[in-house]
Amino acid sequence: MIRISAKWTERIAFFFLLVSTLIIIIPVILITVMIIQKGLPAMNLEFLTESPRLGMRAGGIFPAILGTVYLVLGTMVFALPIGILAAIYLSEYARDNWLTRAIDLAIVNLAGVPSVVYGLFGLGLFVIFLNFGTSILAGSLTLAIMSLPVIITASREALGTVPQSFREVSLALGATRWQTIRRVVLPNALPGIMTGTVLALSRAAGETAPILFTVAAFYLPKLPQSVFDQCMALPYHLYVIATQVPKIKPHVQYGTALVLIVMVLVMNLSAILIRAHFRKKKHW
Amino acid sequence: MESARKPWNRALEFLIERAIFFAGIISIFFVILIFVFLLKEGVSLLKTYPLKDFIFGQKWYPISEPPSFGVVPLLLGSLAVTMGAIVIAVPLGMGAAIYIAVVAPGWLKEILKATVEFLAAIPSIVLGFIGLVTLVPLVKQVFHLTTGLTAISGSIMLAFMAMPTIVSMMEDALTAVPRSYREGAIAMGATKWQMIWRVLLPAASSGMLAAIMLGIGRVIGETMAVLMITGNAARIPTSLFQPVRTMTATIAAEMGEAVQGSDHYFALFAIGIVLFIITFLINLAAGFFIGRAHHK
Repeated sequence: MIRISAKWTERIAFFFLLVSTLIIIIPVILITVMIIQKGLPAMNLEFLTESPRLGMRAGGIFPAILGTVYLVLGTMVFALPIGILAAIYLSEYARDNWLTRAIDLAIVNLAGVPSVVYGLFGLGLFVIFLNFGTSILAGSLTLAIMSLPVIITASREALGTVPQSFREVSLALGATRWQTIRRVVLPNALPGIMTGTVLALSRAAGETAPILFTVAAFYLPKLPQSVFDQCMALPYHLYVIATQVPKIKPHVQYGTALVLIVMVLVMNLSAILIRAHFRKKKHW
Repeated sequence: MESARKPWNRALEFLIERAIFFAGIISIFFVILIFVFLLKEGVSLLKTYPLKDFIFGQKWYPISEPPSFGVVPLLLGSLAVTMGAIVIAVPLGMGAAIYIAVVAPGWLKEILKATVEFLAAIPSIVLGFIGLVTLVPLVKQVFHLTTGLTAISGSIMLAFMAMPTIVSMMEDALTAVPRSYREGAIAMGATKWQMIWRVLLPAASSGMLAAIMLGIGRVIGETMAVLMITGNAARIPTSLFQPVRTMTATIAAEMGEAVQGSDHYFALFAIGIVLFIITFLINLAAGFFIGRAHHK
């Protein structure tokens, strides 16, 4: 057997490491370029502000954009307060005992439940058992429970980065525990909480399976009037026009994909900007 | 502080701390609630359909007369697609994680990490659509198949979709290894690769196993992309080059048509139970490895 020198083994190994990295990175770039290139021609005012016509083949995707915005807002309304309170409990109150470990386990498992199972759960609980029907309310609640683990984990981490001395000083001045949390800990952790929340919401915006049976409509002639109405949503609309509408022009499909990606990216970018902005202001 | 002594402030504080406690344990509540609701609906199937025929039944014909709700073809469909995906994703993801964590220069590292994070942000429905128009025809052509809507297309797609989970977590695990380990190996005259292979990888193994587990969890639960590109034929797969139907895709595809309260409807919830249990076990395993990584 020929012995390859250590130097050459390293070169060969690093070459393969580079190749595997490129196999992952290049498709990401190709996909992005493809969606932008083929989706951009669809972009015009009509596409963004009007309803679909001719069985989704013409017109715009405005109801789907609006529906996704409603769902994201609804998700935020339900998930943010509970998420922050839960994170406060875990960061400020919880001791190292069996209950805390059980909560940790539950969070990890909630994060791992497949999105379609959330859809089933939302259907069983909100749509049928609580009788909300297929509605924005049911969809938002389903997405909110799905987003909780991400928001809790991020908020808890943000609370954890606030130095212990801040709390001690506040308590030493005679503030109660809750006053300390509200006036000292929370304001300092807010950027981290916002970043985590926006990331969780951007994920919720792109989800399809949880909204399939809880809210999403194939096509609606008019915009939703209340939280008990169904709505169209971008991810589901893309699914519909990608699989169930024959002879549709590709630029409508790519255009929808582009709008969805841009929405998700704008949310991601704003999360990154929030983080960067507040990091500069931190003095500790 | 003056205000704290006022009774209503104390009452308010008491209420808020109660709310905080309830929010704290709400995750446990939701996990149980999800399981209870799946169980409540899923178990209703057993009133008319024997459990043994669900678990061991080899036919999924939900709308024939009489219907068959055998979960085996769907379970095997999920397993086939998942195994294919993991075989592809683990070596590639490991290579990329090592490259990003150790080999790449600083500026490139940041770009690569940002790209992987960007991939994580792309909704699965978009990737499914792109897979449908690019990967499916490619698989058909390369393997000379009659259709590209096969298990292997799903495996490739899912491997790609699991990359952010696998790469980021493995990279974290590698970065978490104390610098002194690496410096010690280099100081003893090891090449960088020898250091990676003999020191870094063994030291990071628990974290890397956790990454693989979570990757599997991600893959087995993915729904929309598999629904769009695996061909949706609910029969027992004999190779990766034929259409299959996963458990997730079955729920997504059929729940819309299943009549509420029918056996078909209950059977889809029963599949949900199977999925819930599988992902629960996978997450337990991942948690175990993460715990071990932290104790080191």
